[in-house]
Amino acid sequence: MILAVASGKGGTGKTSVACALALALDRPMTFLDCDVEGANAHLFLRPELNVHQEVLVPYPVIDPHLCDACGKCVEECQFGAMVRLGKKVRLMANLCHGCGVCRLVCPKKAITMAGRPVGMVHSGTAGLMRFFCGELRTGEALSVPIIRKIKEQRDDLVIIDCPPGTSCPAVESVDGSDFALLITEPTPFGEHDLRGMITVCRRLEIPCGVVINRSSDDDGLIERLCATENVPVLMRIPFDRKVAETYAKGGSLLEAMPGIKDDLLNMFLEIRGLRR
Amino acid sequence: MIRIAVMSGKGGTGKTTAVSSMAWYSQGLVLADCDVDAANLALTMNGRIRTKDDYNGALKAIIDPDLCVECGKCEDACVFGAISDFKVSDIHCEGCGACKIVCPAGAVRMELNKSGEIFVLDTDRGPMAYAELQPGESNSGKLVTIVRRLADDLAESDGLDTVLIDGPPGTGCPAIASITGVDLILAITEPSRSGEHDLLRLIELAQHFSIPICVAVNKWDLHPGMTREIEESCRNQGVRVVGRVPYDTHVNQSIKAMRPLPSMFPSSQAALEFHRIWKEVCARATARKGSGMILKLD
Repeated sequence: MILAVASGKGGTGKTSVACALALALDRPMTFLDCDVEGANAHLFLRPELNVHQEVLVPYPVIDPHLCDACGKCVEECQFGAMVRLGKKVRLMANLCHGCGVCRLVCPKKAITMAGRPVGMVHSGTAGLMRFFCGELRTGEALSVPIIRKIKEQRDDLVIIDCPPGTSCPAVESVDGSDFALLITEPTPFGEHDLRGMITVCRRLEIPCGVVINRSSDDDGLIERLCATENVPVLMRIPFDRKVAETYAKGGSLLEAMPGIKDDLLNMFLEIRGLRR
Repeated sequence: MIRIAVMSGKGGTGKTTAVSSMAWYSQGLVLADCDVDAANLALTMNGRIRTKDDYNGALKAIIDPDLCVECGKCEDACVFGAISDFKVSDIHCEGCGACKIVCPAGAVRMELNKSGEIFVLDTDRGPMAYAELQPGESNSGKLVTIVRRLADDLAESDGLDTVLIDGPPGTGCPAIASITGVDLILAITEPSRSGEHDLLRLIELAQHFSIPICVAVNKWDLHPGMTREIEESCRNQGVRVVGRVPYDTHVNQSIKAMRPLPSMFPSSQAALEFHRIWKEVCARATARKGSGMILKLD
């Protein structure tokens, strides 16, 4: 089973829940931290990272002897990555998506595709767990190729810690999962962003369920959304200052609230019944 | 004109709370919510809609089944894996057009679809530009650039000289588009290992683009030791810490009431500290005006 832990809004507790669930299960599995712009799961799972792999994305190399600056590639590039400067065409590497359209349209065959490093995938083990996380190189814009590389891993049980948001990086991370566990908080912000993430799951045809973090007696906003959208609330984690203090030091949710282990295991059983 | 971007690296550290609070203490400014896939600032600012426009940012390929000869060339050309069984998956297509170029039968056409909406609101503190990207759509960096331009235009047309940007989390495409050409970044962090880790990545990004950055630690008293550690890391990077905002339950109450913190609790500890930070940030941004490198992202 592939289980994605996602949220829409940042800072709702994706990493906390994903790590606590992995630690509670304590069995052979693969953990993928797909938040390559702010990877944090290693701070809680403390894996020994001993393999470091560079991620390359295709990018065009222009042969200056063949290029006559006709501008066809500039015209066809949908991402504005090709710029004509006088008698030369230059690549704005930051904007390139590596689609290869420039190579396809070049009448002089002046363009070949090569690989450009945009980040790293680090991997290792933490107890019974195989662990993978990614790192977007500073100044690089596109995290999707790194996420795609991390997601090449297969296992009977895979837990994915997703990035926040509802656009490409989040979609790429959640895509192909059997279930998406959506972490939210009972505020108008949490509700707004959860709504977006439920829509993403619908579009990808992935069943989902909700965890209300920092739950209080005031969860009505989230409960009403879940009822309207027909998405089950699988668990509530009460607000507790001690959790925040333990988290601050890199301690897991299980350390702060030992009693939560059974709740997590029960939720996992429930998810097994709800998955695709 | 001065432009200030509130960023964080890690999500949920209090960017939107900081922006709405600081805006409250300003006499007139332009707000820009650049977290286009989770835009929340409008929920607290209670503005009236001045304009609303469609964002047609999603160029998508469509294969005409009557013309398709099922050769599979499009599937081979698509580096995004968006084509299978001679059909295009909407959510995976990035609109590059490679399939259209390689199709020998002319069966592929590209269509520009609506992928979001762009708004201008009139708030009590000035106009606000923001956008809502439809869930699952791509090209958020481009939409951020559009919101930024709109905010600049509003500043000019309304005669205002400050643009305050509520940024997205992360360090990728939308984050880069949000900080390009600003005079100062205010990074909001929290005293945790994750907060520190992501803050250091953001500082690295700011330094990579030669943009001045300063830091405020939110909820600092949740872990004073970690706060001191973060402040020490900032000093080592030559980055100034401009404030410490205490953990204050009034913040959560104001978020739930969908109002800026100082409008409900003007004498709360957190509100007073945001006021102090805003004054310092404005002074620093004015002093450093124009020192950021200008990069065009469109």
